[in-house]
Parts: sequence; structure tokens; C-alpha cells
Amino acid sequence: MDSFFRSEEMCLVQLFFQTESAHNCINELGHLGLVQFKDLNPGTVAFQRRFVKEVKKCEEMERILRFLENEVVKSNIPIPADFTSETIPVPRDVLDLESRFDKLEQELKEINSNRDTLRQNFTQLMEINHLLKVFDAFLFYLHDRFVAGVIKHERFPAFEKILWRLFHGNFVLRHAEIKPHEEENMADPVKKDVFVVFVQGDQIRGKIRKFHASMYPCPNNAYARKEMRTNVNTRIEDLRLVLKRTEEFRETTLTAAAANLQEWASKVKKMKAIYYTLNLCNIDITQKLIVAEIWCPVSDLNSVHTALIHGSEQSGSSLSPVVNRIQTQQTPPTFNRVNSFTSGFQSIIDAYGVGNYQEINPAPYTMVTFPFLFAVMFGDCGHGLVMTLLALWLILHQEHFRKLKNELIDMLVDGRYIIFLMGLFSIYTGLIYNDCFSKSFNVFGSSWSVRPMFHPHGPWTNDTLHDSGHLHLDPLVSGVYSGNPYPFGVDPIWNIASNKLSFLNSYKMKMSVIMGVAHMLFGVTLSLVNYIFFRNLKDVALQFIPEVIFMLSLFGYLIFLILYKWCVVMKSESAPSILLLFINMMLFDYSSEGTVLYRTQKPVQIFLVVVAVLMVPWLLFAKPLLLYRKHKQLKFLSLPFCLSLFFGVKKAFVSLQVSMADIFVYQGIHTIEYCLGCISNTASYLRLWALSLAHAELSEVLWKMVLQVALRVTSGMGSVLLAVTFAAFAVLTVTILLVMEGLSAFLHALRLHWVEFQNKFYKGSGYKFTPLSFNRMRDMQ
Amino acid sequence: MAFAIPMVIVTLFWGFVGGVVPWFIPKGPNRGVVITMLVLTAVCCYLFWLIAILSQLNPLFGPALSNDTIWYLQFHWR
Repeated sequence: MDSFFRSEEMCLVQLFFQTESAHNCINELGHLGLVQFKDLNPGTVAFQRRFVKEVKKCEEMERILRFLENEVVKSNIPIPADFTSETIPVPRDVLDLESRFDKLEQELKEINSNRDTLRQNFTQLMEINHLLKVFDAFLFYLHDRFVAGVIKHERFPAFEKILWRLFHGNFVLRHAEIKPHEEENMADPVKKDVFVVFVQGDQIRGKIRKFHASMYPCPNNAYARKEMRTNVNTRIEDLRLVLKRTEEFRETTLTAAAANLQEWASKVKKMKAIYYTLNLCNIDITQKLIVAEIWCPVSDLNSVHTALIHGSEQSGSSLSPVVNRIQTQQTPPTFNRVNSFTSGFQSIIDAYGVGNYQEINPAPYTMVTFPFLFAVMFGDCGHGLVMTLLALWLILHQEHFRKLKNELIDMLVDGRYIIFLMGLFSIYTGLIYNDCFSKSFNVFGSSWSVRPMFHPHGPWTNDTLHDSGHLHLDPLVSGVYSGNPYPFGVDPIWNIASNKLSFLNSYKMKMSVIMGVAHMLFGVTLSLVNYIFFRNLKDVALQFIPEVIFMLSLFGYLIFLILYKWCVVMKSESAPSILLLFINMMLFDYSSEGTVLYRTQKPVQIFLVVVAVLMVPWLLFAKPLLLYRKHKQLKFLSLPFCLSLFFGVKKAFVSLQVSMADIFVYQGIHTIEYCLGCISNTASYLRLWALSLAHAELSEVLWKMVLQVALRVTSGMGSVLLAVTFAAFAVLTVTILLVMEGLSAFLHALRLHWVEFQNKFYKGSGYKFTPLSFNRMRDMQ
Repeated sequence: MAFAIPMVIVTLFWGFVGGVVPWFIPKGPNRGVVITMLVLTAVCCYLFWLIAILSQLNPLFGPALSNDTIWYLQFHWR
């Protein structure tokens, strides 16, 4: 099916259904998730719409549901997660649910306030109890005037200070900390102290009140105190019983509510969505018919029709809804049918811009080129293996991860297939770069050998070794280089060479340029596919051909130079630098010696540069001039042949409205953007080299400075040190090399796609198809 | 001669992946996408390998080794 290469063909359909069957039909369409309702009342404000009251009712119900959920969670009652509710919400359900919710809310609020008052009373009684208990211990100082009470523990020092200031030490203050029981802790978790003040005067009471301490009347004689204690104890027992009963009642109510909570929530959500959709439709004068306009994929028209018939049957209405497809000039939304594998890639394309209607979709190509370009920058098979395993873990346990409802983890889980492919390609590029945690594999035997460099074959003797620290192997001495390159990837000898970067830099830079030009040529070719699909053959000749010739003649030739220099044997002294060759080619400078790679280089290069320069005016002027000529032709022939021409050259007629200056300016901008962009984008692909170099160097640092240090320790403690160092190595590898470098390479690969690849062919100014879908609503919450 | 063997093997391998396997993908909604992925993978990976081997075909300079490494390699590598 071609639906993923291009967005699907959409049609605008008018629906007529009866008001009674409206809810059922929209419910069916919502379950189907394939239609997008168009707003038929765009001028009205939100509170002017017809069903605004019902929407408000639904929102009120949602608020009550949230309150209920909070209470249920606070009391640690588990909410049964599984629910299969296929009941269709109809208008009378709204009233029913509404009254039920109101009643529940009232009940719960009442229970809560009752419980709070009871708890307060309980606290007070317990405080009196404690006071009476410790009072006997204070009674060595018999005095008439005293005040007893309970104060918060942390305020006690301040209280003492105030008393000193007030009475100048003319008082006795005793206090003891309350050690609370379990149930008191639940009711009132603040630490409190019991205090008794023996003092003259009454202003003490006002001060105590300011400290929010509670005062309790305490009788003077022991007998009255004892009676009070028994009294208080009985009251506490009664209160305990009542509290227990209240809690039990609250729990039963909440459990009963919790059982239905999910079902109600989904019902209310659906109803709100249905009313919202109804607000978008038109109701005719007789109040009996609802008119709706929907965008729907052409291939799904049948299923939509079946769903509507099903809905109207359920509501028991006699007439089936009418489906009427209409032609329109408006641009339909862009719909790309995705499955769980392709949705990640489609979302990273859409993040830049949703494609125009029926424009070519870069996503299927991105599925391979994006992980591949990432892998070129990440290139380490050890790290790639770890990344692949991590992605496998995410894929196999995705349900478990989704339950955690953490934003970062959700993003990781959404991209699990992207990470999987990135890891796989990284293993491959790591094998080719011959880099596994900064070490190389030597599977086939290196092509370089040291022995031929020694006497009598070559220039070295044992003294040469003693004299200098580093020596260069010379490929011109026979036998040093075997003549056959290492069969798979970079030769392992470069890993132990001190000039490894000289070779790798040259190799990786040229590789980046080749990959870049290939990627961009691919992008330009996709624009050809677009032109052919939209039957825009004029643009093929006016835009595609000059673009391709420009790119091939300059950068295609650069690639030819690179490949030629690689394949042809030459002495290193006489090998010209490709960069200098290229610069001299553009400047037409052939004066310096030894600047030819092959015999006919000068005429070929002059020809190519001239061709490239000629492409610029072709791109710049051909299309606007052609449009200008059509414009004048039309104006000349407009009077007598207007009608026939109108049908024949409709496009040109439309462009009459656009001024010619606009066309010239637009084409000028496009030409400049393309030509300068060719050069800057090719250079931009050098980031492939830069990031892979950074990754390799970081990897080597971790090896040399962390793990190798522990491996070189010869004493017995070395094994313990190795264990500790390996832990550090692992943590640093994961955080720096996997997470940081991974994110960095991800970002740069994304940028290469969004800018360098897509600006060759992608317009990306469409709008996304957002169908009414209950599944999507449920996944989003 | 020893250069031709890896050249042929790898070219045949990626040629098989990109040119032969697509014919055997069963018909279904994902056929086009799978074929695109196979072809693109084959092209990208083959190109990458090819660049790696061509860049080492005619080296202009050799590796610079420390004398310890040279001493070791003299005896341990053939």
C-alpha cells in the first residue's frame, strides 16, 4: 500500500442524521477514530454554541470525579484498573450521572466535616486526659491561682520568655511533654506540651490565648480531679467508637465509588467529546436534523457508513443517516497511516512540519537513513550493543514502562524502535570503524607488517629502534603494505599507531562528503517524484534538471576526485591535495606545478565549472520568464477567447492574480538558497566526521585514564581496584558516551534530515489530520 | 587477487539483501515499507563498507608506531 509514502487521499463528506440518533452515531464514529469534524460554526464564540450548557455540566462532573479520586487515593483504597465499558452515553445518562455525582459529593463532604469535628473533640479530650495525669506530679506547690493548659511544643520557649517579661520571675511554670498514642498521632500529629503556671493575676489568660494554647479548667482537690478523669475516660471511649464507625462508613462509601470511578470517568469524557463535536455541527430549523461535515480518508468511507448505520440502529431511529461526498477546493488535512513501529519516525518528521496534502512523506526513508547517520556519528560496536540491548528491554517491557507515567520515560518508550535501529546500525559502523570501547578487532590479520622494514629488506636496524621513540612504516618499501586492504573496515594497526588521527581524519572527512552528497542527491530525486505525481512536468525541466546538473557538476566531480585519488597509485610527495584542487578549479587557477591527477583534467574542470555557472541563470530566470510570457499571452487573448482559455490554462489564470515581482523574488530566493545551500550543506555534513571523532576520543580517554590505570596495577589489591574502577568506567560510559553522545548524535542526525535533506524537496506546511478518537483520548490521559 | 575476494563476497551479500530478498516479502500493508528499508539499508551499508576499503587501497603514508610496539610486532606478527 502506498499510504505511507504519501499522505492519504481525503474527501469531504456531508452527514445528515436525526437528532435522536446523533449521540449513538457520533459515539460509533468516535470508536472508529477515522473522521475529523469540520467546524461549521466558525464565527461563534465558545459560550454562544448550542450545547455549551451540557459541556459545562460535563466539566462540573469531571471536577467532582477528580475530587472523588483524590479522596479515594488519600484513603489508600485501590482503584480497579480494568474496565470494559461499551455503554453508549445518551442524554438521559447525563442527568442521571449528574444527580448521582452531586449526591456523592454532598455525602462525602458531610462525612469529612463530621470526621474533622469528631477528631477535634477527641484531641481535646486526650489533652485533658494528659493534663490530669501529670497534674499530680506538680502538686507539691499548692497555690490557689493557677492556669493549666496545653501548648505546642515548639512555642514553649517563647511562651516562657513572655512570662518572664510579664511577671519578672514571679511565677512558677511547670511543663511536661505529651507522649501521644498511635490514634492521637493520626488525629493530630503536632507535638504538644502540658503546662501549669502558678501565678497571680488574670492577664495571663489573654497571653495564653495569643499563643494558641488551649486552657482547661482543672479542679483543685484530688477527689474532683479523679472524678473528672473517669468522666473524661468514658467520653473518650464513646468518641473512639463513634470515630471508628465514621471511618468505616467513609471507607465503604469510597470503595463503592472507586469501583465505578474509571467507568464514570470514561463515560463523562466521551459525553464531553460528543457534545463538543455536536457544537461543531449545524442543527437545522426544525431541530430534527443535524448536518455535519467531516474529512475522511477515501479508503475508509465504507467503514464510516457502516458505523453510522450501526449507530442509528442502536438508537432505534427509523431513518439511516445520509452520507454525501462533496467536492471542495479547500486543502484537506494530511493523514499518514502509521503503526506502532512507524509512528516514532513519523512523529519526528511531523515535529519539523506536517507535510502538504499528498506531498511525498520522508518518513519511510528516514526509517533507515536517520539511524544510519546517527550510527556514522556514534560508531562504536560496544556502545551500540549496549544501546540495542537497552532498546530490546524497552520493547519487551513497554507496558510496564508506560504505567510509570513519567514524561521522560514515555518519550524513551515512544522512541524504542528508533533506538533499536540506531543501536543495530551503530554495531555495524562500529565494526567498520573497528572500534569497540576504543579497542580494535584483528580478525583477518593486518595488511601492514613491521618485519620488512628491518635490514636487509628495509632501512631500519636495531639502532634505529633505540634512537627514536616513534618510527613511520613506509608503504613504498615492498612487503610493508601487503597490497590488499583489510577486508572489513579499518585496519587494526591504526589503533596502535600514534598518527592514527592523520589517517582517520582524512578517511572520515571524505566519507562525510560522499555520504552528504549522496543524501542530498537522494533528496533532489524525491522532488522529481513529487513533480511527476502532481503532473508538474514544467518544473521538472525548469527546476529539477538545473538543480541536479549544478550539484553533479560540482560536487559529483568532487566525489569523483576523491574516488580517483583513492584508486590510483601515486607517490605521496606528488599527490595533490583535493581541497586545493577544488579551490583552484573554482578560481580557474592552473598555474602551480603538479596539480593534475589525470591528463585531461584542465579542460574537464573548465567545462564543468562553466556548466555549473550556466545553471544559475537557468534556475533564476527560466521559470519566471515563462510565466511572464503566459501572462502576456493571456492578456492579449483574454477578450475573445476568455472562456475556452479559462478551462485550458486554469493554472496560469490563477497566477494572473499574483504579481510578477513576487514570482521573480521567490525564484531568486530559491536559486540563491539552493546554490549556496549546496556548498554550505555539503560542508555541514562534515559534522559526521566531527562527532565520530569526538566519540572515539572520549572512548579512548575513558580507556586510558580510567580502566587501563587499574589494569596496570600488579599488586594483589589490583583486583579490588579493578572492581571499583570498572564501576566508575561503566557509570561514565553510560552517562557520557551513551546518554550525552547519544543525544548529541541524535540531534545532529535530526538536523541533517530536517535541514540538509528536506529542504531539497519537502514543503511541510500542511495541517495534521486529528480524528475524533476515543482510543486516542484514553491514551493521552 | 586477495582484494577481489572480499569485494565479491560483500557485494554479493548486500546485493542479495537489497535485490533478492525484496522479492520474497509477503504481500501485506507493510510490503512497500519493508522493501524500502531493505534497499536503503543495503545501499547505505554497502557504500559505507566500500568507502572504508577504497580509502585503504593505496595508502600514501604508513602508521607511526612506538618502538615498543615495533619490537612486539616484529616477533608476534608474521
